[in-house]
Amino acid sequence: MKRVYVNEEWCLGCRLCEYNCAFANSGLGDMVLALKDRKIFPRIHVEGNDSITFAVSCRHCTDPICQKSCIAGAISKADGVVRIDRSKCVGCLTCVLVCPYGALSPGEDGIMQKCELCLENACGAPACVTGCPNKAIVYEERSDPE
Amino acid sequence: MKHYVIIGNGTAAVGCIEGIRSVSADGGITVISAENHPVYSRPLISYYLEGKTDLEKMRYRGEGFYEINGCRVIYGRKAVSVNTSGRTVILDDGSSVPYDSLCVAAGSRPFVPPFPGLETVGKKFGFMTMDDALELEKALSEDARVLIVGAGLIGLKCAEGICGRVGSITVCDLADRVLSSILDADCAAIVQDHLEKNGISFLLGDSVDKFCESKAYMKSGKQIDFDVLVLAVGVRANTELVKEAGGKVNRGIIINCRAETDLEDIYAAGDCTEGYDASTGTNRVLAILPNAYMQGYTAGVNMAGGCSVHDRAIPMNSIGFFGLHMMTAGSYEGEMTEEKIPAGIKRLFIKDGILKGFILVGACERAGIYTSLIRDRTPLDTIDLELTKKVATNLIFSQESRRKKFGGIV
Ligand SMILES: Cc1cc2nc3c(=O)[nH]c(=O)nc-3n(C[C@H](O)[C@H](O)[C@H](O)COP(=O)(O)OP(=O)(O)OC[C@H]3O[C@@H](n4cnc5c(N)ncnc54)[C@H](O)[C@@H]3O)c2cc1C
Repeated sequence: MKRVYVNEEWCLGCRLCEYNCAFANSGLGDMVLALKDRKIFPRIHVEGNDSITFAVSCRHCTDPICQKSCIAGAISKADGVVRIDRSKCVGCLTCVLVCPYGALSPGEDGIMQKCELCLENACGAPACVTGCPNKAIVYEERSDPE
Repeated sequence: MKHYVIIGNGTAAVGCIEGIRSVSADGGITVISAENHPVYSRPLISYYLEGKTDLEKMRYRGEGFYEINGCRVIYGRKAVSVNTSGRTVILDDGSSVPYDSLCVAAGSRPFVPPFPGLETVGKKFGFMTMDDALELEKALSEDARVLIVGAGLIGLKCAEGICGRVGSITVCDLADRVLSSILDADCAAIVQDHLEKNGISFLLGDSVDKFCESKAYMKSGKQIDFDVLVLAVGVRANTELVKEAGGKVNRGIIINCRAETDLEDIYAAGDCTEGYDASTGTNRVLAILPNAYMQGYTAGVNMAGGCSVHDRAIPMNSIGFFGLHMMTAGSYEGEMTEEKIPAGIKRLFIKDGILKGFILVGACERAGIYTSLIRDRTPLDTIDLELTKKVATNLIFSQESRRKKFGGIV
């Protein structure tokens, strides 16, 4: 299955992935309207310091501990994609407590949201990857854990 | 074909069902459910009263869950004993259910101390089940004065849930601080202050001497008038079925990392058990939902002939009250480091070069990185420890380790 992978050496730390993610999931057609003068709540986050940067989003784990830990039964996995039913989530943040990758954070309303590979929104493929100017994040099939 | 029986119909039971089916589609599963509901998210009963969810959304698994997984559920019946030689479970209507492999996932029940005069109290409630919440809801009114006995997670979640629907809430506890099982004194003080600002009153380090109708007489001599009483003192694991069948129990049913009891073909999972706590290396009752699911899953896999070991369980909690989030995990032994930030406080506990536990109040971003350090027993000399104390970030790991995490399949 295709996943989002990170090439840390190529990351410029420009945070375009964060903006593209927030826009793709805003449901709006106009990027200015969606993002201008607003605090954004993307599902991918750039971490780093002065010399290293990299983007972190859901790994869609083989054995997702967030799903097993969700107190609301709101997280499920089907066809390799880990999804959250926001209508069931109560924002307890147990998934944040257990995600070993620090990949999850709540949306503006305090309810959890997560990367679902843009399969549900209008993009159809991860907007973070499409918009990355330096191929620091890629969406591809990899077979072995190297 | 094997026949599987599960006693209880909570999260551990679901884990068990999904564990069995991850290995085998064969064999029927009988679920004995004392509660008259399909499985629901127990921790959500306070959110229900708060109006943040509803009975439909509280369903822990979707419509058709039991049918899809080949389960027959016997609702409204309790298992009263297990006959190990005949391999049957006896129900409270006298009927018996044969098993080849059994999982006891019976959870816990409220512990109610023998308060003198409790029987004179009219409106008193526990807060463990959906039915408890629905009963309590009927007693709520704009001017009701509520007394909650127990300032633990369940009592305080109840307080938050009903706060907007009653006149006043007083919470009392024998302990001198709130959430005494998971917070130290300083962190508890921050949380208590926040709760007080949201209208909850406390009587701590004090306990009820006796009740008389709608009055509680405290040991300190204080008297509290109330209209509604909620008892959330503590819980006890349901161990009797296994104990009476000759299995080993302590504060919970004793299980190993494969979720096996010491009785043949009898497994146990969830709040009724005492299993391995990887943060202390000892057996403990870990009465939290993630553990119930994972133990149940492990039991199910092994019952169906697969191989699963659940040896990385630790105590951990993520709770919020009125917008203030806190997360705790592991055990608080060793040297403590502290980081104060505007949003809150972060305390890590380090021993023998390993992260043992943490308390985070209001500073919970990426906390799972800390949790994984405890669960994995990551040697702290392989990561950037100074940075770790300040902030949970993937920068603490080596580039090689990040390459595996973010460039590989995990
Ligand atoms: C108000 C509240 C808030 C909570 N919040 C959190 C939280 O935020 N995070 C967290 O991790 N955990 C939380 N918990 C704890 C969590 O709900 C439990 O850890 C979890 O439900 C345990 O699952 P279980 O399947 O082991 O037991 P249970 O969910 O208790 O299920 C056991 C079932 O077995 C049934 N049963 C018992 N005996 C028999 C019998 N003899 N025959 C047939 N059936 C029987 C019971 O009726 C019950 O339905 C909370 C609990 C409560 C009450």
